[in-house]
Amino acid sequence: MAGVGTWDTHDYDVLVIGAGGAGLRAAIEAARAGVKVGLICKSLLGKAHTVMAEGGVAAAMANVDDRDSWKVHFADTMRGGQYVNNHRMAELHAQEAPARVRELESWGALFDRTREGTILQRNFGGHRYPRLAHVGDRTGLEMIRTLQDHGIHQGIAVHMEFTVVSLLKDAGRVVGVVAYDRERGRFHVFRAGATVLATGGIGKAYKITSNSWEYTGDGQALAYDAGADLLDMEFVQFHPTGMVWPPSVAGILVTEGVRGEGGVLRNSEGRRFMFDEIPENYRSSTADNEEEGWRYVTGDKEARRPPELLTRDHVARMIRREVRAGRGSPHGGVFLDISWIKSKVAGGAEHIKKKLPSMYHQFKKLADIDITAEAMEVGPTTHYMMGGVKVHAETQMSTVPGLYAAGEVAAGLHGANRLGGNSLSDLLVFGKRAGENAASFAREHAAASVADSEIQSVIGRALQAFDRPSGENPFMVQRALQEMMQENVGIVRIESEVEHALGELELLRARAANVSVDGHREYNPGWHCAIDLDNMLTVSEAVARCALARRESRGGHFRDDHPGKDAALGKVNHVVRKGPDGRMQLEAVPVLPLPADLAQIVEENK
Amino acid sequence: MTTSVSATFKIWRGDASGGAFVEYQTQLSEGMVVLDAVHQIQAESAPDLACRWNCKAGKCGSCSAEVNGVPRLMCMTRMNDLPVDQPVTIQPLHTFPMIRDLVTDVSWNYRQKLRVKKFSPRAPDRPDGTYTMYQRDIERVQEFRKCIECFLCQDVCHVLRDHEKHDEFIGPRLLIYTASLEMHPLDGEDRLQALKDEHGIGYCNITKCCTKVCPEEIRITDNGIIPLKERVVDEFYDPLKIVLRALGVKKQKTAK
Ligand SMILES: Cc1cc2nc3c(=O)[nH]c(=O)nc-3n(C[C@H](O)[C@H](O)[C@H](O)COP(=O)(O)OP(=O)(O)OC[C@H]3O[C@@H](n4cnc5c(N)ncnc54)[C@H](O)[C@@H]3O)c2cc1C
Ligand code: SF4
Ligand code: SF4
Ligand code: FES
Repeated sequence: MAGVGTWDTHDYDVLVIGAGGAGLRAAIEAARAGVKVGLICKSLLGKAHTVMAEGGVAAAMANVDDRDSWKVHFADTMRGGQYVNNHRMAELHAQEAPARVRELESWGALFDRTREGTILQRNFGGHRYPRLAHVGDRTGLEMIRTLQDHGIHQGIAVHMEFTVVSLLKDAGRVVGVVAYDRERGRFHVFRAGATVLATGGIGKAYKITSNSWEYTGDGQALAYDAGADLLDMEFVQFHPTGMVWPPSVAGILVTEGVRGEGGVLRNSEGRRFMFDEIPENYRSSTADNEEEGWRYVTGDKEARRPPELLTRDHVARMIRREVRAGRGSPHGGVFLDISWIKSKVAGGAEHIKKKLPSMYHQFKKLADIDITAEAMEVGPTTHYMMGGVKVHAETQMSTVPGLYAAGEVAAGLHGANRLGGNSLSDLLVFGKRAGENAASFAREHAAASVADSEIQSVIGRALQAFDRPSGENPFMVQRALQEMMQENVGIVRIESEVEHALGELELLRARAANVSVDGHREYNPGWHCAIDLDNMLTVSEAVARCALARRESRGGHFRDDHPGKDAALGKVNHVVRKGPDGRMQLEAVPVLPLPADLAQIVEENK
Repeated sequence: MTTSVSATFKIWRGDASGGAFVEYQTQLSEGMVVLDAVHQIQAESAPDLACRWNCKAGKCGSCSAEVNGVPRLMCMTRMNDLPVDQPVTIQPLHTFPMIRDLVTDVSWNYRQKLRVKKFSPRAPDRPDGTYTMYQRDIERVQEFRKCIECFLCQDVCHVLRDHEKHDEFIGPRLLIYTASLEMHPLDGEDRLQALKDEHGIGYCNITKCCTKVCPEEIRITDNGIIPLKERVVDEFYDPLKIVLRALGVKKQKTAK
């Protein structure tokens, strides 16, 4: 490999990194504000993670149940997050989500309809009333395509298949990024007055995950390296229902929509084990018998929800418990059965196919299972990152000026556990806010230039792996990291294992610093993986450090050695940042206290 | 299938300047799809083998390739549906310029989309910005909106693949995109003139090859292209309309 060579330079007012729901929504809003907008993404346009979302987007439109309102949605989100959420974000989210969903309709989205011709809404875990606008089980596709098809006409410059490797700073603020284009392997410098991170999650740090190769924690790590605070990194969501068989599809998501439509969980004895344990704060709102649960699914307003629709953290641990106790399915999961509703609904098989077409297709094609006739085998899968870049609730600015974050990469809204459907609405509400605020910041802050020497050193670092003639294969290090995190900082955590993980991370870091890649720079997956490794290591360390510090169990974070809640820890969030010595620092900061009016809403909806 | 079975793959390796099939051996395991085999080969022996993928569940349309000559999604093609006593060939889409190995330059498709006039809705029906639409009115368009932009239909259509009419014909994907707008209950734009003059709908001779390869089972030809062709015929070849147009009578949009 030769020297670092030259690079192209691009100038924008607002630069958005990521073209999922959050990034597209931010870019559209910034463009609407009249500034020059650039959008960068690792995959082709329209392929971001958002395309995979299935179940729906949560918004209290009250189309199906008129008792719903933003207040109930707010209270549900806080309860789901176990009260360590940023309440202001939860409030804005609940208030603004309906308008954001309706706006999509005016951009061409076609959600499934009620009989009255309004947007249909479905039940989902942790939401008191049917609240998720959806299109069968391909809601994410509808959303991303709508934003994409609207966005391409707004004068946004799109750079597809580019990977950002570093943020650039000048005088304490972020003024652009260095990226390479994946197709040709050339470097590019993007200068911008404001930069929005919308890069999504970290699931690829784990072996079993519903996430794609893109989810290597880039945004979290880029922000961390630029000096920004990361928040709540211990809160990783393990979705209760991923596919477990065959091995090649392990982790692929089975939407919660299956349970929303009446799907039930059974162990090998045929027992609906979810009735066995219902958490205290959900007891009054959960059915205690199968018949009532079914009535709820069919829309009976007097009935309470079946326990399959309890929050994800709880359902995931219940499944794990059954499997550990030897009551699992043949391939180490439990049974999820939707076929039983055929006895309740006329035209049952067709009804299931109509409501869950892509699940039907996915199981039929990938597992040879007809879900209208047989039960599925499911088990927990790493799914979503509640933690991430700490942002200001109203503007979405991180703790570094000029750097914004929205969507899964940002933290605060979901607290310790995200409710299904609250991510797609998060993307819309806070994507819009980030775009709007980044545009006004960019108006006041012109782009600055960065010394060539700094850019050269970033590029030099990115190319290092080509210079090592005989290092390790980066895919092997990635696999070792995934297995290590799965094993030690997974769904159930314990002090000794998390400490062990921190030691292992040191060793993995040394291995990562010694990987080598062969060949050329054009579309070279080995090289891409080598670059991603650093990000995965950074976020893994943040998860482990926060998991160690939270000596209690809350939401997505479960400590076997501290299975209960700790009132004092319930009043803090964990923040990590890069210390002056380059090492990771952790700080416990107080949870923002609930103002009286919001506290009352929470109380009224208990 | 037992774990001891292995298979031979002939994967096209190269770039715009040329290339060749390279043989790889890898072990098969139960339930494996072609994309898994490609990943395994990448991890074991060819870390620089280029391919696109994201969801591994047929939802994103990234992993399109030609497997044993048939355009398919690699993530939805099970190994046990292929004969493995002979080598499995994997090559990139043929209709688009080569970048490297299994990756082609599909940006043409994105440029074509920009040429189709955008969605243009009527004013909202209710003060809260919402519209009244019934399920039966949107079912057809929902079918078109299932498209995952895998471009397999574009790859297989002979107008593009063999006749390379990329400058005159937008291809089946963009035709059903146009159909999804034209048949959208809220849309008020008229795209018929463009369909006829700029987007080359006349080139389609209804071979239905596109429909056959669509992983979303969208009835591209029957439900999308043919009705569009009928609208174009109605609009431009109906004698009464020709007269009215000549007289400068403003046309009315056909009922949606
Ligand atoms: C299978 C599945 C089903 C789901 N179902 C639901 C659901 O029903 N309801 C719900 O609310 N949520 C659901 N979720 C969660 C939700 O889909 C995601 O949280 C959400 O889509 C994330 O959107 P985003 O815009 O933040 O990021 P993404 O859509 O993931 O986009 C990230 C973007 O950032 C880009 N990027 C990343 N790193 C870089 C870099 N270094 N340089 C340049 N670009 C970069 C990527 O290329 C991509 O364009 C589901 C998730 C999965 C995996
Ligand atoms: S039916 Fe028309 S669009 Fe489809 S493959 Fe044949 S010629 Fe092409
Ligand atoms: S219409 Fe079908 S084949 Fe064509 S791009 Fe869309 S999903 Fe793929
Ligand atoms: S990887 Fe998404 S369709 Fe194959």
